[in-house]
Amino acid sequence: MENIRRFCVRLADRRWILPVLLVLGMTFCVVAESTSLLNSYTRFVLTAMLVNVILCVSLNLVNGYLGEFSVGHAGFMALGAYASAMLTTCLFPQTPALFIPAILVGGLMAAVVGFFLALLSFKTRGDYLAIITLAFLMIVKSALENISWVGGPRGLAGIPTLTTLPIAFATAIITLWVIRNLIYSKFGRAVVAIREDEIAANAMGVRTREAKILAFTVSSFFGGVAGALLAHQITFINPGSFDIVKSTEILVMVYLGGIGSLAGSILGAVIFTFLSEALREYGTWRMVILPLILVLLMIFRPRGIMGLRELPWFLPRRELFNRRKKS
Amino acid sequence: MSALLEIEDVTMRFGGLCAISNCRMTVPAGITHGIIGPNGAGKTTLFNLITGIYRPTEGIIRYKGRKISGQRPSRIALEGIGRTFQNIRIFKSLTVLENVRIAYDSQLRYGPMESLMRVGRYGRAEDESIARSMELLEHFGLSGFASIPASGLSYGSQRRLEIARALALKPALLLLDEPAAGMNTGETSALTEFLRDIRDHFQVTMILIEHHMHLVMNLCDKITVLDFGRVIADGTPAEIRANPRVIEAYLGESTE
Repeated sequence: MENIRRFCVRLADRRWILPVLLVLGMTFCVVAESTSLLNSYTRFVLTAMLVNVILCVSLNLVNGYLGEFSVGHAGFMALGAYASAMLTTCLFPQTPALFIPAILVGGLMAAVVGFFLALLSFKTRGDYLAIITLAFLMIVKSALENISWVGGPRGLAGIPTLTTLPIAFATAIITLWVIRNLIYSKFGRAVVAIREDEIAANAMGVRTREAKILAFTVSSFFGGVAGALLAHQITFINPGSFDIVKSTEILVMVYLGGIGSLAGSILGAVIFTFLSEALREYGTWRMVILPLILVLLMIFRPRGIMGLRELPWFLPRRELFNRRKKS
Repeated sequence: MSALLEIEDVTMRFGGLCAISNCRMTVPAGITHGIIGPNGAGKTTLFNLITGIYRPTEGIIRYKGRKISGQRPSRIALEGIGRTFQNIRIFKSLTVLENVRIAYDSQLRYGPMESLMRVGRYGRAEDESIARSMELLEHFGLSGFASIPASGLSYGSQRRLEIARALALKPALLLLDEPAAGMNTGETSALTEFLRDIRDHFQVTMILIEHHMHLVMNLCDKITVLDFGRVIADGTPAEIRANPRVIEAYLGESTE
């Protein structure tokens, strides 16, 4: 056991592993997509896993780094999914080249709404913000159910399958890269300072309103991007797929992997994806076992597996000497 | 000498409670000003008014001749007013270095795109922020603890970190809310020297709330006494010591 621990510590300090993993991962994704190396089910699960990484790391920005509790992430997914699917299915069908712009439009759609939601609710914190995001989620769902040109409650079908494994991989890497660069800058430190103590942050010159709006907008942008990818993976979306259960799943990933940690977000998304696939054959028991894991987690490890710790791979070089040591 | 901070007829009401009434105070640049008074006199409320956490019900607060009352706390901090809190408010789960860097960040000039792409002014600014923050920690004898979480520091060190963090803002005015709270006599006299050193080294004007009379009398050039939200006395330590109203507020009225 001690040997395994020491091996992991040594591995964590080898920063060159990350670029190697990125190249290998991308190569693997391209190969898997173009050959029959993996069956379509495995490919599907891997793609879903990457989408989950995007969801998890983007929600972690609000729930982990900013320290708020948003339950509305599925709402931003819905906005991204519908906006992008409308583009590729109804407005410009048969133009796969438009997929990348469509993803961006999905993200922007979610970001604009996220921006206004943050603007309206920046004074509320804690439970109150949770309620506002819950209300937002319900509004999005019922709005989509009542707009007939996006399919109403029946949803949108016939979305082209455009989310490939390499695209999902690249998007996940870009998401991680953007959020990592944001966090290790004065903007990210302002966000983290608000989590620690909002009054003190304010007194130290942190513009709390701007920092909260920034975190919320970036988080919802990537929520929308993930929604766009999901829509073009499962090719059928309806308002029901973006409900509180979906939000809860993302929350489980975030708190499983660890708040305030990029490595934790990846870990949480990977474990959750494989666990929920492995439990699929047990049907309803899946929704008993998964919450049970969450309960045990909250009791024994309330900050998640990586809680507030980071793998040195993700730290900028100048931050390395400042790695949190045990006091 | 021009006034650094002017408090003009400030009143603060919370519902029916009048926490501060018609407070007038002028703090010239370069002095150390003490605020004393019994518990509940409104001393911390006054700090919260100066730093913008509360907006005064009536009256105006000016800093360097400009009106600051009504501004956001972050704006007032950036104007050059640093503060500490009565019950320490450090960023507990961040490292000691990160605590200072957050306050130093306001002086970094780079945009969101520069930090996103890691280009332009970003790298140099970040390197500089780490170097400057370490210098500051060095001065406070905390550089050896730079990478441990701030919650791991001893109580006294946490107090010092809070002062270091406030100084990272490069303030012209430093507000200290009971810096000697929870310290014994020996620690308090060490703190007196420490504060004197800070005043001379960083060239700050200080306003401090304190209950340890020894510290206040030794360190302050001027003292304001508050009782029930009113200024009951104002003057040099010697004048305050001889003022019958101050003695009354602290010890109670004589019955004869």
